[in-house]
Amino acid sequence: MTILPYLAAGWIFLAGLYGMVTSRNIIRTIGCLSVAQSATYVLLLAIGYRRGGTAPVFSDASPRSRVVDPVVQALTLTDVVVGATVTALLLALAIQLRKRHGTLDPDALTGLKG
Amino acid sequence: MNDANTLNGYLIAVALVLVTATATAAALTREPVRQAIVLGLLGLELAVLFTALQAPDVALSQLAVGGALTPLLIVLTVRKVRREAAERPDASGDGDPGAGSGPR
Amino acid sequence: MSRTARVGLFLAAAAVFAVVFTLACTGLPHFGAASHPYGTRAVAAALRHRTANVISSVNFDQRAFDTLGEESILFASVLGAVALLRPARDERESSPLPLRVPPSTRLIGAILLPLTLLTGVYIVAHGQLSPGGGFQGGVVLATGLHLAYVAADYRALRRVRPLVVLEVADAVAAGAFALLGLAGLIAGSGYLRNVLPLGTFNQLSSGGLVPVINAAVGLEVGSGLVVLLAGFLDQAVEIDTPPAAQDGDRA
Repeated sequence: MTILPYLAAGWIFLAGLYGMVTSRNIIRTIGCLSVAQSATYVLLLAIGYRRGGTAPVFSDASPRSRVVDPVVQALTLTDVVVGATVTALLLALAIQLRKRHGTLDPDALTGLKG
Repeated sequence: MNDANTLNGYLIAVALVLVTATATAAALTREPVRQAIVLGLLGLELAVLFTALQAPDVALSQLAVGGALTPLLIVLTVRKVRREAAERPDASGDGDPGAGSGPR
Repeated sequence: MSRTARVGLFLAAAAVFAVVFTLACTGLPHFGAASHPYGTRAVAAALRHRTANVISSVNFDQRAFDTLGEESILFASVLGAVALLRPARDERESSPLPLRVPPSTRLIGAILLPLTLLTGVYIVAHGQLSPGGGFQGGVVLATGLHLAYVAADYRALRRVRPLVVLEVADAVAAGAFALLGLAGLIAGSGYLRNVLPLGTFNQLSSGGLVPVINAAVGLEVGSGLVVLLAGFLDQAVEIDTPPAAQDGDRA
């Protein structure tokens, strides 16, 4: 029971990976990658949660109050924003791919085969 | 205090179920624009989950990034690709030509 | 590899992953457990440096060097995406016709635009006190600016978006983060060490270097994302790729 949130994160990761494997369109692959990425956020924040804890912000709370783990939140916070720009880079690559090869189907990119 | 804790526990459980279901749906959606909409919904649900997990900082950036930025980028990419397909209909098709209409 | 073989390979790998991951999860501290040794130490360190928002303290003080790496990734991907999206020599720009926008939308946009930008600035400025900071506020600023596009049209967005200035601001802010770290070296301690006076707990000027780095990150994220979205919007709205550019052999 108490590890269910972690298992949910694992399921989200596998679902995103399945979408990427079966994708016929690069844009959909990128969308599925961001689904798999969100699994890491769920896992990290679930590990940092402390029952009865409040947010680790002390502007209106006593410094001795019980708070959740701030370290995993800091890790997740930067990755949410940085991950979005990496998604943008991948989408820019997809636009170039469509321009230069005329297709978005990864299986049709025969020019990239060795 | 104890009541608030149980309530928060239920909120986390409901948000977690919603997030898991929507993430699965997003991964299984084939059409990119529809996927962008499901991804936007997933971003909002993740923001709710993060708030329940006492992470307002993360929820704030997830709300802006997952709810607005990522779907917008995907929709813009699809629109660009469809404009090209409309200009050159003989290309190996992706999406229906001529569907790029109006700013999103 | 054929499609069925690929799915088969995925299912086999997924089964192995599921077993190993579940085993690993049983070894983790249970969900909601009381013991968080790193968290407790991070909270103590943040309170010592008089930063009310512990997450900002972790990001911009305790692990500032790590965040420097993160924002370099952000800068590099914005740079890469803009380089990929710039109009090629054989592409032509066409101005889209202005759309007729209902006056109510125009009014709501005109009211919401300054409000959203103000909220973004507030979120950046209070990063060391309340939930918020450079990363979140920057995203709010960048997306909020595009209300001009929703409420009016693309030309209105161009007027409120001085791209050249924002491109320079992006680079300057990214460099400022790296240079601010040198202050620690000059003061005789480590790189990115917090050397400014720490101020009073829960005041806008508390936390030493935290609000300064925070502002630099806010500027970088905000301007970087506007530049990024500009690249995508130009491609989607204005730039036509002539069929000749798509020969397929120009990889």
